[in-house]
Amino acid sequence: MIIRGTDRVLVMGITGKQGTFWTEHMQAYGTKVVGGTNPAKAGTLHCGVPVYATAGDAMKGGGFDVAVLFIPPLMVKAAAMDAIEAGAKGLVVLTEHIPVQDVMYFVAAAKERGTRILGPNTAGAVTPGECFAGFMPVFNERIFRKGSIGVLSRSGSLGVLFCLNIVQAGYGESAFVGIGGDPIIGTTTRDALVALDNFPGTEAVVMVGEIGGTMEEEAAVYAKTMTKPVIAFIAGGAAPKGKKMGHAGAIVMGDKGTYASKRSALEAAGVTVLDTPSDVGTALKAGLGC
Amino acid sequence: MNFEEHAAKPLLARHGIAIPKGGLAKTPDAAAAIAARIGAVVVKAQVPAGKRGKAGGIKLAANPDDARSHAKAIIGMEIAGHKVEQVLIEEQMPIERELYAAVLNDPASQGPLVMFSTAGGMDIEEVAATSPDKLHRWPVDIRRGFGLADAAARVNGLGLGAAEHKIAAALSSLYAVYAACDAELVEINPLIVTTDGRVVALDCKFVMDDSGAVRQAEIARAGTPEMLTGLEARAKAAGLKYIDLEGDIGVLANGAGLTMTTMDVIRHHGGRPANFLEIGGESYTQAKPALELLLSNPRIRSLVINFCGAFARTDVMTQGVIEAIEALQPKLPIFFSVHGTGDEEAIKLLKDRLGVTPLATMDDASKAAVEAAAK
Repeated sequence: MIIRGTDRVLVMGITGKQGTFWTEHMQAYGTKVVGGTNPAKAGTLHCGVPVYATAGDAMKGGGFDVAVLFIPPLMVKAAAMDAIEAGAKGLVVLTEHIPVQDVMYFVAAAKERGTRILGPNTAGAVTPGECFAGFMPVFNERIFRKGSIGVLSRSGSLGVLFCLNIVQAGYGESAFVGIGGDPIIGTTTRDALVALDNFPGTEAVVMVGEIGGTMEEEAAVYAKTMTKPVIAFIAGGAAPKGKKMGHAGAIVMGDKGTYASKRSALEAAGVTVLDTPSDVGTALKAGLGC
Repeated sequence: MNFEEHAAKPLLARHGIAIPKGGLAKTPDAAAAIAARIGAVVVKAQVPAGKRGKAGGIKLAANPDDARSHAKAIIGMEIAGHKVEQVLIEEQMPIERELYAAVLNDPASQGPLVMFSTAGGMDIEEVAATSPDKLHRWPVDIRRGFGLADAAARVNGLGLGAAEHKIAAALSSLYAVYAACDAELVEINPLIVTTDGRVVALDCKFVMDDSGAVRQAEIARAGTPEMLTGLEARAKAAGLKYIDLEGDIGVLANGAGLTMTTMDVIRHHGGRPANFLEIGGESYTQAKPALELLLSNPRIRSLVINFCGAFARTDVMTQGVIEAIEALQPKLPIFFSVHGTGDEEAIKLLKDRLGVTPLATMDDASKAAVEAAAK
């Protein structure tokens, strides 16, 4: 899911500390924030936009396209269902540590309604020069600059590092999509790869994956059909088996989800797999020929 | 969080799945006493790991004396890195047929998956590999659940005979356990049909979703705490994500992906990371206790501090790092790479307070740390 400047954004949990801080950032960057939710403060204004009790009320009020959730883990299921049933086009679920069965529940509901979900456990999405949703250092011009490289990442901090290296190498990003570090997420690596491949102005895609699951292997099948260069990095090659490495999704069980499996699937699909993030500039130059 | 068999089985019983009579023993005498009450028993090592039988951790005992001597041999045994502290003493069951049943979180279908096989009692990964047609996989819409009618429709025609209805009931009950207890996996292997037509869970593996544990406080208490090293236990108590590794180069970074990558890059340059320690997300204010913890590892010969701020502000993290360094005055060489939210302030702080300039890239910092550790 790529966020656009025309998307009307509803910030759920807008009155909290993080909700407020990042809403102000989003507004300053150009995101069209049209409202927020907090049942206790419905009817008031916050960050200059109306606060509603629910996403349903917000839809009946001024309407919105994308809900960004600044909501604590155990309350996300109800908030997400509220937004999905209200008819949201998309949800950005930033929260980490949501019970997996809750995630499955709202992901299933979203699929049925055609709502696109980014996350959970994502740092969000950025379309440089246009807008962003989530928490990303968008104002830092050494990290985000409008350009032609599409970036997708399971990790927020590592995604930022790649953006930094891409800008340092003289490129910029067409869009950044943080898909999230949980084992079950609404937008998979493959989904994001397809979206970036089709996003106007994108000439190459940088895919930042990590150990655990089989999403990179599934994305490799699509990468093979692409004409644009794809450059990948898989974090966690040095991680021991059977241990969750911070992200709930980053765990190697048996021979599933290993670094070797992902790397060989991607290389077989013609994807350049980097040994270190610092090599991304060189790889882009080789892939794009300029 | 893993549950040992004796902690998992009561969850089944609570939802109506039959389990054998039995009791838990920490000593051979206690094992004999339970056997005296029950008759012929099975003595089963309690560890949060599979393949206990192959390791000699499961023995049949015809009488209390046998139960005592088996318990004596099994208690204290080490299985898959776990020391056996106690044994489960259970009645022997007259087995006619062994089945397999499980419900788990399935990333592929993004929902629950019920698995059932008529080839029970075997290693299920082996069944999946050698006779995949015998392993049924039924994805479930979590909003609808998996009730008795669903289970009955699924098992119909699988040749289960007179036990078919009871097996269907056990499957829907197993799903109820999964849903009620925030399971990541609940597995019965084997689920048996006895010669007198009962359906009984002879074993149970239960793994709770760590994110669900906060709303399952009562059940979670029965889970097996993760095996932690001293430093890992201290980190957990302090709310930090720390994992001990075998190398000698310390790692402090923000975000799971960036931290793993720092480990990877250290290895790429020929070094060995000593740990995983990340202070991303809400814990970015914890840099000081994190670094203090890390520096108490005597194996560390050099250190990489790699910050790339998004949500986590690098100036706040750097401030914490400086406080820890000023307090502890560590002698080992430390190499920084700092980028992202708040980096200008962070770099200035490092210069003013420590007289240090971060290296241009994490590769430079990692390479320098590898070289310093080798000295």
